[in-house]
Amino acid sequence: MATILEVEDLHKEFKLHILGGKRIGALEAISFVMEEGEIIGLTGKSGAGKSTLMKCIYRTYLPSSGSIRLRTSDGGVADLATATEHDVLGVRKSEMTYCAQFLQAIPRVPAIEVVCETLRQRKPREDALRIARDCFVRLGLPEELWDAYPSTFSGGEQQRINISRAIIGQPRFLLVDEPTASLDLKTKDAVIDMMLELKAHGTSIILITHDEHTLRRMADRCLHLEAGRILQSVAV
Amino acid sequence: MSHQDTEDGWLLRVRSLTKVYGDPAETTLARTGPKFDSNICPDTGAIVAIAGIDFDLYPGEVLGVVGESGSGKSTLVQLLFFDQEATSGEVYLKSVDGGRTNLLTASHQRKRYMRNHLLGMVYQNPRDGLNFSFTSGGNIAEKLLMAGSFHVGRIRDRASYLLMQTEVPIQRMDETPSSFSGGMQQRVQISKAIANNPPLVFLDEVTSGLDVSVQAKVLDLIRRLQHELGISMIVVSHDLGVIRMLTDRTMVLKHGHIVEHGLTDQILQDPQHAYTQLLVSSLL
Repeated sequence: MATILEVEDLHKEFKLHILGGKRIGALEAISFVMEEGEIIGLTGKSGAGKSTLMKCIYRTYLPSSGSIRLRTSDGGVADLATATEHDVLGVRKSEMTYCAQFLQAIPRVPAIEVVCETLRQRKPREDALRIARDCFVRLGLPEELWDAYPSTFSGGEQQRINISRAIIGQPRFLLVDEPTASLDLKTKDAVIDMMLELKAHGTSIILITHDEHTLRRMADRCLHLEAGRILQSVAV
Repeated sequence: MSHQDTEDGWLLRVRSLTKVYGDPAETTLARTGPKFDSNICPDTGAIVAIAGIDFDLYPGEVLGVVGESGSGKSTLVQLLFFDQEATSGEVYLKSVDGGRTNLLTASHQRKRYMRNHLLGMVYQNPRDGLNFSFTSGGNIAEKLLMAGSFHVGRIRDRASYLLMQTEVPIQRMDETPSSFSGGMQQRVQISKAIANNPPLVFLDEVTSGLDVSVQAKVLDLIRRLQHELGISMIVVSHDLGVIRMLTDRTMVLKHGHIVEHGLTDQILQDPQHAYTQLLVSSLL
């Protein structure tokens, strides 16, 4: 199988000028290789570095050293640790999606529009709306919420908007942080089913979860982090 | 247009853009900036508004410029809109001579042409962007006339279309902006700025001084227009909330220099420079 991602000797530390230049180590010597279509679970205690690693890959955090080589759909390789801002934006637009732990949406945009936004430049509006509605139905989001603003929603409802927005575009490479937290078992399974369908279409996924059930159903293998290092790589 | 690997895909290219007020000495640029915590030349007292600004803007991209008052943010866009004359530097637009002519050296006539046809500007103070002795419709008509439309009927149609788009009541298009609320004046100004379909618009602190719900409406409008028309924008603001909502990339200015630039989410979540860290940690 082809490799999609190769992380090599990745380090991340935060330098806090406000605290007199205090340095906080977050990731140390992270190296791993990911195959296309694989689902890798990141596990470890809170503060172990799981989200930091994910944000470094997405470039929300700027890596301190090391490389993050993504094989792009056009066959090229982009080192996300050093690529230009425009190149990272290009990769984000065409193939890499990040689904944060909590929904962050532009205020005053209805739920259905938040989700359709992903498809805006790719599909006619009618198709985008239909796909978004199907997604909401599968995740059991009450219809009266579709045109409402998500900022007033419950945690679980916001989470479903968040997931819908991330998976509706069928990204080639998905980073997803705690997708099933704050969901009941039935909804949780619906989310897992939808992500497994993405995998079946070739999507590669890096998943952070503390939920055993989600991990068992989704991950091909796990990278267990402790204090910013990968302690072990285990098959699930 | 895709951003990817397109070294040549830029729309606006800025190199070493510098503006000094007063009497610069040869040492002025070397002795001012964030390192010296000052933009005043110790030798001559010249004030360095901006110095050595480099960046590329891509089609459809929204670039944020943040920094405190006096950091040079407004000067930057005023230089690019030819409101002021730069001291030195280079500015290229892809659509002018294939991007080979430094626009700062262009004639006044040519600069006026670019302002009228290729650029739009929305100022913090509506009085800077609108003529308060003209009606709001007349303000838009003025911009269209300068961009070469002379058909009165078509101009009026376009003006009412734009006012409708920006939710200014058409019945009031024959009133002067002075009778409008601040938010409405700002929306008239936006209509005027985009009247000639410019590929590039500068927005200078456009929501400062508006109350929160009006601010929200103006921001929604800018976002909608950007999406629908694919306009490239440079958004100057000291408000990180505005920057987060509107921009893809951000440059941080201090004492006229870019101290940091990056993807907007990276600037907000993992700021590198001491000054940016202070800005972000001051966010409510």
